[in-house]
Amino acid sequence: MKGFLLAVAVVAVLFAANALFTGALGAGLAMSPYLLQVICLAGINIILAVSLNLINGFTGQFSIGHAGFMAIGAYTSAYMTVNFGDRVQSVLSFLPSAARDGAVLLISLAAGALLAAIAGFFVGVPSLRLRGDYLAIVTLGFGEIIRVFILNIDAVGGARGFSGIPKIASFFWIYLFAALSIVVVYRIVHSSFGRTLIAIREDEIAAEAMGVDTTRSKVISFVVSSAMAGTGGGLFGHYLMYLHTNSFTFLKSIEIIIMIVIGGLGSITGSVVGAVLYISLTEGLREFAQYRMVLFSLMLVIIMIVRPQGILGHREVASFLTRRRRLPTVPSAPL
Amino acid sequence: MALLELSGVTMRFGGLVAVNDLHLTLDPGRLYGLIGPNGAGKTTVFNVITGVYTPNSGTIRFDGADIGGERTGRITRRGIARTFQNIRLFGDMTVLSNVKVAFHCRQEAGLAAAVLRAPKHSSEEERVDRESRELLKIFHLEAAAEEKARNLPYGSQRRLEIARAMATSPRLLLLDEPAAGMNPHEARELMDLIRWVRDRFGMAILLVEHNMKVVMGICEIVHALDYGSTIAVGKPAEIQSNPKVIEAYLGGA
Repeated sequence: MKGFLLAVAVVAVLFAANALFTGALGAGLAMSPYLLQVICLAGINIILAVSLNLINGFTGQFSIGHAGFMAIGAYTSAYMTVNFGDRVQSVLSFLPSAARDGAVLLISLAAGALLAAIAGFFVGVPSLRLRGDYLAIVTLGFGEIIRVFILNIDAVGGARGFSGIPKIASFFWIYLFAALSIVVVYRIVHSSFGRTLIAIREDEIAAEAMGVDTTRSKVISFVVSSAMAGTGGGLFGHYLMYLHTNSFTFLKSIEIIIMIVIGGLGSITGSVVGAVLYISLTEGLREFAQYRMVLFSLMLVIIMIVRPQGILGHREVASFLTRRRRLPTVPSAPL
Repeated sequence: MALLELSGVTMRFGGLVAVNDLHLTLDPGRLYGLIGPNGAGKTTVFNVITGVYTPNSGTIRFDGADIGGERTGRITRRGIARTFQNIRLFGDMTVLSNVKVAFHCRQEAGLAAAVLRAPKHSSEEERVDRESRELLKIFHLEAAAEEKARNLPYGSQRRLEIARAMATSPRLLLLDEPAAGMNPHEARELMDLIRWVRDRFGMAILLVEHNMKVVMGICEIVHALDYGSTIAVGKPAEIQSNPKVIEAYLGGA
């Protein structure tokens, strides 16, 4: 019940903030379109970073093709909206237009997430059965293959890019999904299943010896992570109204990795901090565009030297509030 | 009926025969020792039983079922748990979480229940938390429950490995050199602990150990290996006076 009320409160706050930022509550209160766009892109990056952290930070399996899953989700959901959006709109014609747009968005995002998850499954099963760095190699190749593949599909614009996507993803939807992905990853990590993921990261052989089906755990983690990346991609397309495969290059995957490494592999709040920090810096340093990557490299080197575990390491902001419980009474062995 | 039965198990690594035509029968609830000089194949026997290696020939039956070639996790879920010679704890997890991981294989609530925080998940988490703390108490680790496993002293890490293996509710517990690196006092405490655990939980225990005081002190039946082959099986007193065993350890006259 408490959780439900909290969820309602979050939705209400996001809804109000959305109205405020876009100027629905008065043009004078509206945020500059530039700043709003930066904030929205930060939200999408939060989704991507949090989801990548599930597989890289918590499960300890290095994936470097997150942009590929993002692309699958982006193109699939954009294709759905452009081709079937009108039909959904007409079926739901009794609803107000904002609700109809929301329904179209949700259906499209679901399709994008599903396809990304399926792709994640087929990439994950062969490469995660093995121990070691195979996932990194396979995802590296996969990300590029997907990009080139999409580049050659004429139905989604090919090299011209995919234009004409209605702008139905807003601040509200982006941050709703960002909050949702944080909750989902938090709950996965703080569950029995999540403990098996961290155990795999710590010592895969021991995890298997403790009865954990390591392949299954790793694949589930990877599939969930891929689906969430697909959702992030879908929001990306529906926010910018245009997609081009240049947005999903290897560099994009690296960007997301930088975010989670800066924030701390294995920390959800770290991913959020990393994503926001990364976006703030890239935008803040726009004037020095040619030196930007130099600065980033420098920052990464410094972080690796001074704080190799990332800003937050494995900890969460909330970890300072842990409580200790009383111990049960049972007979002890003679020692 | 025997709990575990290895018959004619042979494990080769290229030209090296690590385990040669091994016959080993373990009955429920008893304490067995596996001894032999360095390189005799003791740890390989553990790795073959737990599915880390698939033997080149021979059969392994656990509780009547053929488990040869099954994955380690599956074998653990059938009821064989182990500890490692070189400690393999989940270093960055708390002592409590280390034990909880091992409970996972007997839990039912899945991922969906965890994400939706279903009542089933919560009640199971409560049960696992309670039982994990009970296990820690048995192994005198309750004070360190929230400590990271890697920060424990060596002796406690060894005990945590056994506690973690116990959490999978095994019917056969394989201990790989549990007394390695312990001083005589700690080794004596460990002997009492192993015997006490066996008496309370009634599982069979097979232990590999170089510390002969431990082996001869607690094992009911000792199996001696040399160059991968069995050289003697019997009560500790018989093994101690067996000429083949003496030769394997001290060399022929």
